[in-house]
Amino acid sequence: MPGELLLSAKDLKTWFELKRWGFLSAGFVRAVDGISFDLKPSESITIVGESGSGKTSLLRTILGLAQITGGEITFDGKIFDAREVKDLAWMRAHVGFVQQDPYGALPPFMDIRKILSEPLLINKVPKEEHEKRIRDAMEEVRLIPVDDFLPKYPHMLSGGQQQRLVIARAIILRPKLIVADEPVSMLDASVRVEILELLSNIQKSHNMSIIYITHDLSSVRYFSERVFIMYAGKIVEKANTRELVQNPLHPYAQVLLNAIPDPDHENAKKFKEVPPGEPPSLVNPPSGCRFHPRCPHAIEGLCNTQEPPEFEPAPHHSVECWLYK
Amino acid sequence: MRKKNKEVQKIWSSPDFHGPVLKVEDLRLSFRVPVGAICAVDGISFELASGRSLAVLGESGSGKTSLGRAILRLLPRNVLTYTGKVFLEGVDIMKLSDGRFRQQVRWVKISMVTQAAMNSLNPVLKVGQQVAEPLLIHEQMEKDEAYERAREVFRTVGVPLDFLNRYAFELSGGMRQRVIIAMALITKPALIILDEPTSALDVLTQANIMNALKRIKQELNANFMLITHDIATSSELADEVACMYAGQLVEHGSAARFYHEPLHPYSQKLMASVPALHTEKRPDFIPGQPPSLLNPPKGCRFADRCHKRFDRCHEEPPLFNCSGELVKCWLYENG
Ligand SMILES: Nc1ncnc2c1ncn2[C@@H]1O[C@H](COP(=O)(O)OP(=O)(O)OP(=O)(O)O)[C@@H](O)[C@H]1O
Ligand SMILES: Nc1ncnc2c1ncn2[C@@H]1O[C@H](COP(=O)(O)OP(=O)(O)OP(=O)(O)O)[C@@H](O)[C@H]1O
Ligand SMILES: [Mg+2]
Ligand SMILES: [Mg+2]
Repeated sequence: MPGELLLSAKDLKTWFELKRWGFLSAGFVRAVDGISFDLKPSESITIVGESGSGKTSLLRTILGLAQITGGEITFDGKIFDAREVKDLAWMRAHVGFVQQDPYGALPPFMDIRKILSEPLLINKVPKEEHEKRIRDAMEEVRLIPVDDFLPKYPHMLSGGQQQRLVIARAIILRPKLIVADEPVSMLDASVRVEILELLSNIQKSHNMSIIYITHDLSSVRYFSERVFIMYAGKIVEKANTRELVQNPLHPYAQVLLNAIPDPDHENAKKFKEVPPGEPPSLVNPPSGCRFHPRCPHAIEGLCNTQEPPEFEPAPHHSVECWLYK
Repeated sequence: MRKKNKEVQKIWSSPDFHGPVLKVEDLRLSFRVPVGAICAVDGISFELASGRSLAVLGESGSGKTSLGRAILRLLPRNVLTYTGKVFLEGVDIMKLSDGRFRQQVRWVKISMVTQAAMNSLNPVLKVGQQVAEPLLIHEQMEKDEAYERAREVFRTVGVPLDFLNRYAFELSGGMRQRVIIAMALITKPALIILDEPTSALDVLTQANIMNALKRIKQELNANFMLITHDIATSSELADEVACMYAGQLVEHGSAARFYHEPLHPYSQKLMASVPALHTEKRPDFIPGQPPSLLNPPKGCRFADRCHKRFDRCHEEPPLFNCSGELVKCWLYENG
């Protein structure tokens, strides 16, 4: 039924072609390779995955910034076609984007007032509303006193303040969805929590949905209800956050959770159990399950030959792994 | 050739030196900037006993990298002041001339894995050759001997031996970081400074490298100085923790105590901001910002943001000794 889901992705694929000598095809980087998920209005999800697993590519596909290779995106009841200019404009107006790198995200020669007016101008918000919208957004991200900050340029702000400005810009059009790509990975731990709480509060008070991307699993549980674990272009596990932390099913999720230390002197006394090897190439991913070469539980003759489908061993907890067939 | 090696022996004459590996006294490093001077290392003193590893923690901009660079005399052009004493196995290396320092200290006695070093490998040299280079240059070792040593350190850090003949671009980030660590180990230095060695890496790769460092620590009895803002990871290696704030050392003590009972209010707030995955604790954040290093406040530098501030904090506190643990806060005036 339309209206029940805000965003639905079906079997999304985003492959980047590699060129040799500028024209010969040298294969594809399968950055997103068959991903499906649903997002309800005002729901927040986190996508966790290692560097290069395709998180940013997934977001860019949803926003129409990367060309889709296959699959379908439905946003707010309508199929989204990134080739249509009007679809793109509609997506941009309803989705706020917080980029991976706050330092590169802000134009250095604009002051804060200019930076925040821009999306209002582009989306033809009536002029007389601008001042109030800008002030509201700045108060919301606590760039206060507003009058002190309005004439400042990005380089005059600390990393945390810059990131708040990026968030203010993302929410100024009151989007239905915010996508935040590693919004805090460049910041100090002491500032990270502040920014995450800020995002979370804005999401709740405006009933927005949020897709939050990170490689830092330890910050997830304070923030969102559901977590997706991404590995080599695929989502291998979907679960409620608490459930995932307590009872990870996919062997990759298990080693990931195990590898993350809490600060404790006991850590210095023992060695970690870590699977050998490195994340696989996305050009020639391993056959069968992509994690099988590193997996301690791989079943010979199955995991190395057949791709596992999605199983749902517990309600709202699904996993792409043959151990749960 | 041989003569230079003898000179090295002369500087560190007694092979069985029993004092601290490293002793830093009132180290200061400031930089000239258009609007004045930035004091990034502001009178730091500490000691590190042999066989121990130290984690240096602190927010971005607190001066951690500058401290490492000051110890290794890797200075930018705009240095304004550079004073204090740095004793390495009993010898004040601040007194050495630049030439002697380069020949006998840097890379030989102290090595450093710099922040983002894995992107600084030479693209046209095979990594084996790059790892052997410090031995060829600083110790004038024979080529065969140097390569044998290179194979040895590759084994220690867990890089397959056939990688000796590869180029940096053919290696993954994790492997490149191991090669850099191998390079830092090859001269068997007395002190290895690691500046954010795993911050750019994946969780699993990070865990693999921490395992390798732990093994090196056990097998070679190496002394690491681990500079990082990743507090959870630092606990994998640290015997002691030093916490920096605005260019100063605010706490230095045993890791066993620090991670569960930090003393300085800043350390307490910093520890509280670390999200813990395996417990239910909610992280907290530190309101406000660290002071500018251009014009730091007169008294305690953390006072403005401190939840335990009182009258005394207008004056700068010394490092109080609180049953062996050092803390720069008036709350510990009486131990
Ligand atoms: N435009 C492109 N052309 C070719 N390959 C690309 C392109 N964009 C991304 N890739 C590749 O796709 C893969 C996934 O990249 P992506 O940036 O989505 O990863 P990520 O999970 O966001 O990583 P990180 O945590 O490092 O940001 C990588 O191997 C990357 O090199
Ligand atoms: N060459 C320089 N000239 C002027 N200021 C400098 C120079 N190098 C560093 N600084 C300043 O000195 C202070 C300390 O910098 P440093 O790099 O030591 O911090 P850090 O604790 O290592 O931070 P991070 O965690 O971000 O690496 C910062 O304010 C920095 O801007
Ligand atoms: Mg990314
Ligand atoms: Mg640094």
